[in-house]
Amino acid sequence: MTGHPTRAAEFIALPQRAAWHDQSLWFVRAKRDKAAKAIPEWESLRDAAAAIKAHTVANLADYLEEFERNAKKLGAVVHWARDAAEHNAIVLKILSDHNVKRVVKSKSMLTEECHLNPHLEAAGIEVVDTDLGERIVQLANERPSHIVLPCIHKKKEEIGELFHEHLGTDAGASDPQYLTEAARGHLRDRFLKAGAGLTGVNFAIAETGGFVVCTNEGNADLGVSLPPIHIACMGIEKLIPKAAELGVFLRLLARSATGQAITTYSSHFHGPRAGCELHIVLVDNGRSTVLGQDDFRRSLNCIRCGACMNTCPVYRRSGGHSYNATVPGPIGSILEPARDPAKHASLPHACSLCGSCSDVCPVKINIHEQLLIWRRELVKKGLLPLTKRWAMSIGSAVLQRPWLYQMVGGMGRMALKLLPRFLVYSRLNPWGKQRELPTPPKQSFRDQFKARHGK
Amino acid sequence: MSNMVGDFGTTGNVSRLSLLATFSIATGNAPPLTRARDLPGFGGSTSFVHRSTSPIPSSGRPSIVPRVGLFIPCYIDQMYPDVGFATVEVLERLGVTVEFPEAQTCCGQPMANTGCTEAAAPLARRFVEIFEPYDAVVCPSGSCVAMVRAHYHEYFHHDPRYDALRPKVFELCEYLVDVLKVDKLPVRFPHKVGLHQSCHGLRELRLGSSSETIVAPFNKAKQLLELIDGLELVDPARPDECCGFGGTFAVSEEAVSCLMGHDRIADHLQAGAEVMTATDMSCLMHLDGLIRRDKQPLRCMHIAELLAGRPV
Ligand code: SF4
Repeated sequence: MTGHPTRAAEFIALPQRAAWHDQSLWFVRAKRDKAAKAIPEWESLRDAAAAIKAHTVANLADYLEEFERNAKKLGAVVHWARDAAEHNAIVLKILSDHNVKRVVKSKSMLTEECHLNPHLEAAGIEVVDTDLGERIVQLANERPSHIVLPCIHKKKEEIGELFHEHLGTDAGASDPQYLTEAARGHLRDRFLKAGAGLTGVNFAIAETGGFVVCTNEGNADLGVSLPPIHIACMGIEKLIPKAAELGVFLRLLARSATGQAITTYSSHFHGPRAGCELHIVLVDNGRSTVLGQDDFRRSLNCIRCGACMNTCPVYRRSGGHSYNATVPGPIGSILEPARDPAKHASLPHACSLCGSCSDVCPVKINIHEQLLIWRRELVKKGLLPLTKRWAMSIGSAVLQRPWLYQMVGGMGRMALKLLPRFLVYSRLNPWGKQRELPTPPKQSFRDQFKARHGK
Repeated sequence: MSNMVGDFGTTGNVSRLSLLATFSIATGNAPPLTRARDLPGFGGSTSFVHRSTSPIPSSGRPSIVPRVGLFIPCYIDQMYPDVGFATVEVLERLGVTVEFPEAQTCCGQPMANTGCTEAAAPLARRFVEIFEPYDAVVCPSGSCVAMVRAHYHEYFHHDPRYDALRPKVFELCEYLVDVLKVDKLPVRFPHKVGLHQSCHGLRELRLGSSSETIVAPFNKAKQLLELIDGLELVDPARPDECCGFGGTFAVSEEAVSCLMGHDRIADHLQAGAEVMTATDMSCLMHLDGLIRRDKQPLRCMHIAELLAGRPV
């Protein structure tokens, strides 16, 4: 099985890559700390955000209908998609009905989740991701390795090479300013030619029927301001009841994501521009199932800020691609197994249970606890390797019998002492690959305690 | 324009209605949403402590002598007996007599953390049976105490026996700080020490404030180390990053685990630490294994050993 451990080890084996990746993301985490500390009421904001989300999710059906009503009043067309296939079909139909051949798309994890790009491309439609990071991974034919910083795994030299190949920049050029300018020129052309603009949705507001898209590059705004059609795709959990609550989330989102006080653009959309069309696609794709699960419902709070990735000591050292998933990192290790437990069985174990993600999460998802619960689910589904399950059953059987435990413990200590080094540190012992085992004492604590206390 | 208002997608009303029906069913069946997981909040569960059983009233002598049960995790019992004895000594010096119930073995955490709850359940039940007669249970491991306090609910749905025991189980430092209110320690340790913040103690027992949360900083282990004469605490650049032990994670994700450990060691070394300490011996077992393999100039000692005045 080539799960997370194998891919992580491959990433770590690349010279200096993991250290660099770790430091880049720790830098973002440190910026987040500074931004969060500047807000004395940070923890109350987190509480408020979690409470608003819990309330919304508990009344989701009502709020969705309210949103639909109000969005329609504003002149938007609202579509409902049960799953990824329906979502893709809806988007394709809108585009084909209008004979659109070129589309610009700002960042949307939902369309990644639904694999929209290949679906449209197969129908002969050109999709250009306009977020710079997303465009880079798109040119490299990769998936984003991070939900906020899609190409954080790439060094600027690699981006230079990629741009040289695809955009004709000078060979060997890696100056970020130069490369960004080149990308801008290239994207401007695509913006002008596009027949429709696709965006994600960060927050949709039930009481107004409007929604908000947050970007730092303004690419969403440009992408929907030029073409006559705007298609906004959103997971049904993106809803909040009232416009007044938006402030709670906008304050948390940018600070958690990048340490900015607010994203450069927080664009509000209320219905189509004059003479244009606005389509909103509401997508379930498994969310209503999660909604019905006590243990995992809170994962629907996620505002996709990426803070849990930046803080995760495993993610930082193994890279986003090691998760082999649309959403990597801690929250991805909960969301992805929910979609395909067998494929993602190694993800809930790609975690040392340090709990940093739960403490950093702006909407207070108990991420590390849910990962632990996923491990239990994997056992129930028969997805934990048998050897591990047996080891745990045998361990438990021994530990339920103090006499047996003492005997096994004594034998273990003795064996460690007597066995030759090459046997103890064989390839069968992953502990010993880079680590020494502890030096075993002659007697256990209990033996000595008994002797000392004369019992 | 009129066709733009209303459904005209391929899915139409059928899927929309069934979608809404799913929600109603899902939400209808759902118990309260904000299910508190009963993680001990900031400051641990000190409020549950029965004052009458506090062994050291202001007079300095125990009024009612409580029965304190010593919980020594299995790996400490087998591999690090001196950590157990250091714990006993610290407590005895403060006037607490401990009992070691010999039937104890393991809290079940290795099984639980692998998801093998059926294998963990009998160990959890044994634990409660063995320790319920005590007024307090003290353990030199934040991780094992976190298992009992934060993760046993699964095995004891509202069982009054567990509910009664739960607030009486303490990690050593929190027992010293919250219950015994220790404010001096007659020991000397003239060395530069780096405190590794073991994660479960930090983020599940809240032995200290984590660097992610924006709260008034506090730290029980640090508070105790500061009482030791001559001990100089050094500050690693990353105050509370995980060491990468993580139980079976140490073996199943060997590459990541060891890199995490190496990074922690490097951080403590650059901060000038001669000794690395922690509230959990499991973190130190992993770190010490790396340190000894690489022959680094750093010693690992459990915090109980420092509090007991053990030399380097
Ligand atoms: S789980 Fe929390 S921290 Fe992670 S991306 Fe979602 S909101 Fe951000």
